[in-house]
Amino acid sequence: MRKDLSIVLCGQAGQGIQTVEYLLTRIFKLAGYNVFATKEYMSRVRGGINSTEIRVSSGPVCAYINRIDILIPLNKGAVGHVEKRISPQTIILAEKETIAEDFDQTRHKFIDVPFTKKATEIGNKIYSNVVAVGTVTGLFGIELQTVSEYVKKFFSSKADDVVQKNLAAVKEGFNLGLGLADSSKIKFDINDDADIKDQILVNGAEAVALGAIAGGCNFISSYPMSPSTGVLIFLAKQAKDFGIIAEQAEDEIAAINMAIGAWYAGARAMVTTSGGGFALMTEGLSLAGILESPIVIHLAQRPGPATGLPTRTEQADLELALYAGHGEFPRILLAPGKIQDGFYLTRKAFDLAEKYQIPVFILTDQYFVDSYYNTACPDLSDVSIEKHIVQTDADYKRYKLTDDGISPRGIPGYGKGLVAVDSDEHDEAGHITEDLGLRVEMVDKRLKKLELLKDESIPPELVGSEDYKNLIVCWGSTYNIVREAVKNLGRDDTAFLHFKQVYPLPGQTSDYLKKARRIIIVENNATSQFAKLIKLHTGIEISDRILKYDGLSFYVEELAEKLNDLLK
Amino acid sequence: MDTEIFNMAGMDIAWCPGCGNFPILKILKQALAELTIEPTNLVMVSGIGQAAKIPHYLKANVFNGLHGRALPPATAIKATNPALTVIAESGDGDMYGEGGNHFIHTIRRNPNITNIVHNNMVYGLTKGQASPTSQTGFKTPVQVGGVFLEPFNPLAVAIALDASFVARAFSGDAEQTKEIIKKAIEHKGYALVDIFQPCVTFNKLNTFEWFKKNTYYLDDSHDPSNRNEAFTKATENEPFPLGIFYINPDKRTFEENIGIYKENQKPLYEREPDIGKLKSLIETFTITE
Repeated sequence: MRKDLSIVLCGQAGQGIQTVEYLLTRIFKLAGYNVFATKEYMSRVRGGINSTEIRVSSGPVCAYINRIDILIPLNKGAVGHVEKRISPQTIILAEKETIAEDFDQTRHKFIDVPFTKKATEIGNKIYSNVVAVGTVTGLFGIELQTVSEYVKKFFSSKADDVVQKNLAAVKEGFNLGLGLADSSKIKFDINDDADIKDQILVNGAEAVALGAIAGGCNFISSYPMSPSTGVLIFLAKQAKDFGIIAEQAEDEIAAINMAIGAWYAGARAMVTTSGGGFALMTEGLSLAGILESPIVIHLAQRPGPATGLPTRTEQADLELALYAGHGEFPRILLAPGKIQDGFYLTRKAFDLAEKYQIPVFILTDQYFVDSYYNTACPDLSDVSIEKHIVQTDADYKRYKLTDDGISPRGIPGYGKGLVAVDSDEHDEAGHITEDLGLRVEMVDKRLKKLELLKDESIPPELVGSEDYKNLIVCWGSTYNIVREAVKNLGRDDTAFLHFKQVYPLPGQTSDYLKKARRIIIVENNATSQFAKLIKLHTGIEISDRILKYDGLSFYVEELAEKLNDLLK
Repeated sequence: MDTEIFNMAGMDIAWCPGCGNFPILKILKQALAELTIEPTNLVMVSGIGQAAKIPHYLKANVFNGLHGRALPPATAIKATNPALTVIAESGDGDMYGEGGNHFIHTIRRNPNITNIVHNNMVYGLTKGQASPTSQTGFKTPVQVGGVFLEPFNPLAVAIALDASFVARAFSGDAEQTKEIIKKAIEHKGYALVDIFQPCVTFNKLNTFEWFKKNTYYLDDSHDPSNRNEAFTKATENEPFPLGIFYINPDKRTFEENIGIYKENQKPLYEREPDIGKLKSLIETFTITE
């Protein structure tokens, strides 16, 4: 019997699929189950078809799979949207009238569940999504009171009539779910897990935003762009409580220039954006380079070029982040894999940016920011933030030439000195110069910091046997997918190496790669950008590449199958 | 305060002899000295262009950023530490051309900063092309048949956006310009001072004499609280009115609106994240009820 169930709910944009995802993931967590959810959606406000995959399990579950155990299509056409993922084992819970001609009912495990009929009886078919929430929770035998109380809380800001109707909807659905459980048509063996009680349920965007607060972020200026906006929204909501300036700029150019201005005056600032928006920020990035300004850039990737697929995922902006900005200057690129990485790396990004006075990127993607699972509460015992601001003397020079290239960073109004920064090449005092000898000294000063960064790099994480023959290499958001796929392979000669710092490439990289008899790289892009970066810095060519660029992340099964084919 | 406090020793000034930037620099120093603004408390923010070099030529904190991008960092600097006096100063091409979008939205944001724009109706640093404020018919190596684009009217745009302080000055009139700049700095909210200045090298049309002939000062009968009248005055040309066109003293500033200084006046650099609060926030994600 299944110890892990994949439930996919599908409906039109505006039909409340996001509400379903929100309620179900939280109710499962509340009831003590391990839960994972990720969504895929079309770039529109109404219509189209969106889906959410919710995995419920007795043990930890953190990755996207192809398999659908229970499909709940809430409107006509929804089945077709996920058709390729339907297997003979998939149980389809749907209303006969709604999806009558969508598929051959005799060839599928179909159970007629009157979601809309019940919703209409309550007063409006819009409640059908909440009926579905009730059905799933009933099927799992979660206490109705627990479910109702959470639903009530969720709708508490609405009119009383709306709250009551949603409660009626969830109860009707719940009874339908109980009936399904009794009928033994759907069998699974999933237990709650006492270990998860103190864990948190957050998505990648929330992890990044919480990490920013822990890192002392008190200024965010950004322009809305999917899938990066979640971080801006989160920090705007917390702005009052945490004393954060959260400003929606007129464009991404203003956003990054504001953030750099904020750092100059003593704030700890970030921007959040996606590829197209970041393209507009590249001039500002270069400004940070010559000003030696700290800046934290959350770049949530989506498929390009240009507008591309606005609501989908890809890992194709690694080279953009790496090479963006005219001129030569150091930078750091971090790429969280686990949700926890989102927290710790973002927190660390602020310290790194301030210490080295350079841009630090957090490279995520739509899959990462929109995926949830329960995970350990971040450790807050050591959150002292590293401030490197000095009180200036009367003869303060912002770009004092030092042995390691780092000049003490003063800010205006703190001390007796003046703080001058200039986008022109400048002298030690920060004033415009065309002294070509000084130019060379300043370039060398800025680039010297790259050497320091090598000692501070975050090592890649090796998962699996140290005595591997085969090494799977990946970076960023694919961590949990690769982990589950490699586990499914069941080979003790195969390990995987995940990079959460992709640039500068950690010093250990060559040693790990040289130990492998065979290396396979897994990337969510078409040209294997990370393999190119590895080749450039280690000389090691990785020719076995598993690449995906259809706008979705890898499914665990497809990745396992591809790995298996290559390792045969 | 002695204006000498703002003097920089040994700077190799990159302006042409006779450039209108020289009197503006002198006037600015006088205004700052009369307002007793300490150099350590002053931040001069600029973009790129000949006028944008001005922060290097007086004693102040300097943020000489990108072409067209002075206003976003100026806004952020003031928001990050409201005790600083922030002046964003550049030329017409920088503020109205490359930075046009920021000009519009900074007015909407209303930070308590002063925006001084050296308006010589031509591009100097790139050697003589049209600027957004070039008059129609003005011939340049690029606009070979003469400018046919409608000249940008910064004052009318600012008044249309209900900017809280809108003025125009002339670099040739030291005393009046100094008084306007002083009022602009003292004004609470965004203050635009567009300063007519001759470019002696690239603009042979709008010369010192031309500006003298084609300008006049608004007299006491002008009511700067009357937005419609101010707008009408802003649309006048040849002669162009000079003086304070419009003041809206009632607008809340960006720093007031962001709310973080209501209970705590400390600038951001003196603050620490509230880890206790963060802990409580993270705990809400355990979803135990």
